[in-house]
Amino acid sequence: MSKKIGVIVFPGSNCDHDTYHAMKHVMNADTKFLWHKEEEIDDIDLILVPGGFSYGDYLRSGAIARFSPVMKAVKEFAGQGRPVLGICNGFQILLEAGLLPGATLHNKNLRYICKDVYIRVENNSSLFTSGLSQGTVLKMPVSHGEGNYYIDDEGLRSLEENNQIAFRYSDAEGNITDEANFNGSLSSIAGVTNVDGNVLGMMPHPERAMEELLGSTDGALFFESILNELSVA
Amino acid sequence: MYTAKINITLRKSILDPQGKAAHQALQDLGMTDIESTRIGKFVELEIEASDKESAFKKADEACKKLLVNEVMEDYQIHIE
Repeated sequence: MSKKIGVIVFPGSNCDHDTYHAMKHVMNADTKFLWHKEEEIDDIDLILVPGGFSYGDYLRSGAIARFSPVMKAVKEFAGQGRPVLGICNGFQILLEAGLLPGATLHNKNLRYICKDVYIRVENNSSLFTSGLSQGTVLKMPVSHGEGNYYIDDEGLRSLEENNQIAFRYSDAEGNITDEANFNGSLSSIAGVTNVDGNVLGMMPHPERAMEELLGSTDGALFFESILNELSVA
Repeated sequence: MYTAKINITLRKSILDPQGKAAHQALQDLGMTDIESTRIGKFVELEIEASDKESAFKKADEACKKLLVNEVMEDYQIHIE
């Protein structure tokens, strides 16, 4: 049975159509947009919170978007153990909403960084990465000014103990180095899950790495892994 | 009517790259007596409240609910 994907649209989202295209036309999944004013989410198997500059990134990235009516529904959805994936600004919204631990600071060099990077799969225990082997290196673009992941010492310990670090920035061979950690993220963290593993947030953009024409198809590998897991579930 | 003046800064334990860059520029200008520079945000709220204490409480609630992300920021409220 085809799984239904919902892509949330906030004022200022700008990766919503890329994400929709990736799911609908590349992955051939049944996909629809979810308007930020919707209060109920029915008949959806996976929620995608796309990137962009929701509410102009005013105050802090994601700080205003988390009070949208749809976010209450997203919280309920996640609370039932159903899958939610936040990409870039979507990740920042999930952090501000308290669905994921930590925060994102300005990149260490204070610049907006837009380029292809490599991320290494740190664990494949969550439903998002179960089809990828641990240590797999994926190439996809980043595009953010505030992606410098931060959490306090206790929080980092808890992330490690609960196997919540999904991706780290690496070089093409999968080595974790200071050079590869371009934005200064604590422990090179590029993506984290919640304790239950049904909510994932990541700064890189898999939806922009779906077709050869665009330089990488590793994003499609990642989404294929998710859709396969959802079909089995 | 009370005015709440709120200073929001990155937590002391967090490197403030903006502050660091500005600090370096101040050093380059010869202002070497300045030993550290941290940059934050300033928020001013006009609050209808019966007394100073309740104005403070309302400002504090605004900080906790929206204005401040306590994962990375500290804040100070001054009521006038």
